[in-house]
Amino acid sequence: MILYSISGLLRRFLVELGLAGLMLFESIILAFRRPFKFDYIVKQMEFVGVKSLPVVFLTGTFTGMVLALQTYYGFRKFGAEGLIGVTVALSMTRELGPVLTGLMVAGRAGSAMAAEIGTMRVTEQIDALVVMALNPIKYLVVPRVVASFFMLPILTIISDFLGILGGYLIAVKLLDVNEGAFLNRIYKYLEFQDIYVGLIKAACFGVIFAIVSCYKGFYTRGGAEGVGRSTTQAVVVSCVTILVADYVLTSLLF
Amino acid sequence: MGDIVIRIVDLKKSFENQKVLDGINLEIERGKITVIIGKSGSGKSVLLKHIIGLMKPDSGEIWVDGKEITRLKESELNEVRTSFGMLFQEAALFDSMSIWENVAFPLLERTKMKKEEIKRIVDERLEEVGLLEHGDKLPSEVSGGMKKRAGLARALVLDPPIVLFDEPTSALDPVMALTISDLIRETQRKLKKTYVVISHDIIGMFRIADRVAMLSGGKIIAYGTPEEIASSKDPEVLEFLEASRIKEIGGQDEKK
Repeated sequence: MILYSISGLLRRFLVELGLAGLMLFESIILAFRRPFKFDYIVKQMEFVGVKSLPVVFLTGTFTGMVLALQTYYGFRKFGAEGLIGVTVALSMTRELGPVLTGLMVAGRAGSAMAAEIGTMRVTEQIDALVVMALNPIKYLVVPRVVASFFMLPILTIISDFLGILGGYLIAVKLLDVNEGAFLNRIYKYLEFQDIYVGLIKAACFGVIFAIVSCYKGFYTRGGAEGVGRSTTQAVVVSCVTILVADYVLTSLLF
Repeated sequence: MGDIVIRIVDLKKSFENQKVLDGINLEIERGKITVIIGKSGSGKSVLLKHIIGLMKPDSGEIWVDGKEITRLKESELNEVRTSFGMLFQEAALFDSMSIWENVAFPLLERTKMKKEEIKRIVDERLEEVGLLEHGDKLPSEVSGGMKKRAGLARALVLDPPIVLFDEPTSALDPVMALTISDLIRETQRKLKKTYVVISHDIIGMFRIADRVAMLSGGKIIAYGTPEEIASSKDPEVLEFLEASRIKEIGGQDEKK
């Protein structure tokens, strides 16, 4: 009985993975095919990017601040306060900037994507597109995936910068760490690669949460309750997938 | 029998062991309003979705203008769909766009018309359904009847030869239901297109139908002019008519 339900779950998982994979595949092909829906993409860029700024601003700054505080507590024990700057900088650019941005934007924009597309499904708006001989993937999924692909790295740069700034404020201004040591070590040890590999991860997270959310919305069933379910699942699955993909990508890229 | 535009042959469809369509045979004539009547859950919507290729049957054939559509690829289906317009049950207007933009959308995306020409056509269509002054409102800001009228304008905007209607009068008050069915009648008389309507609103639909098909138990149990159906002796048809007291209405129609 248990085996039976496990195999059922596994099968459902594989089916969903396959369907989402197909949607991703079709989106990538359609993204390079005319007509390009620039107005739709720009609208989504505004939604995913510009409107996520406050969230990214706050999470980036406070993460940098708390990182400085925590490393100060540890490093003080063996007199290595001078290394706080580079620790914060490396943590932000390599890991926390992209991952936290990915998670926050997945929660904010991913839930909205799933709810919007899910509502369009249950109110037959997607069928209306199909009946007009228009491809709903082209109109609904591609703009969201493309916008997320470009906006997540940009948001991550902002998050990285604000994180380091937050760390600087706490360490140098509040905890009296030597300013020269803080900045110098960042210059010396933070490499360009640390930043751009983080940005590659961010772009991948963008595609992941956008496709998961669009997929969940697109296959919504069962009215308002179904939309609620899709929205929750979109956020949960996006976040889990981002964290798993984070490990895989990190081990491949570094 | 006149010119046949849609021919459905032995169409079958089941969902998880439940037979919804169990061998539908139906011929729809060009330039007429054909109303498919059936109880809720009788598979009317499923039948309509098969005609436009939103669902695939388990077996059977659907011929649209001499082309069998159930085995077509999506790209070929899109060719066929260009000859269809559809009014959905809840109108299915895009709620991110205004009423005007909704009606303009098919023209913008599917034709290469100039802006002025699109404006002229959309204004004309909105005028026809009496919504010209409400064009800049969002679908969420207007009533169900207005949504249906906007949906009708959108379905007709590309001048499709076949228009499908999914429960056009359901969830409307009786007066608005009458307005919508009159609008359907009027536009059909003017444009001479083929209309296929599914509905459970027998009284309203008998007023506008040229042909009536009755769907029950996954089969078409009766087909003919409204008068023929109203005077049918088939017990299943009678039961349906009794429930709606259609006999009197049908009788009045005959006296006219």
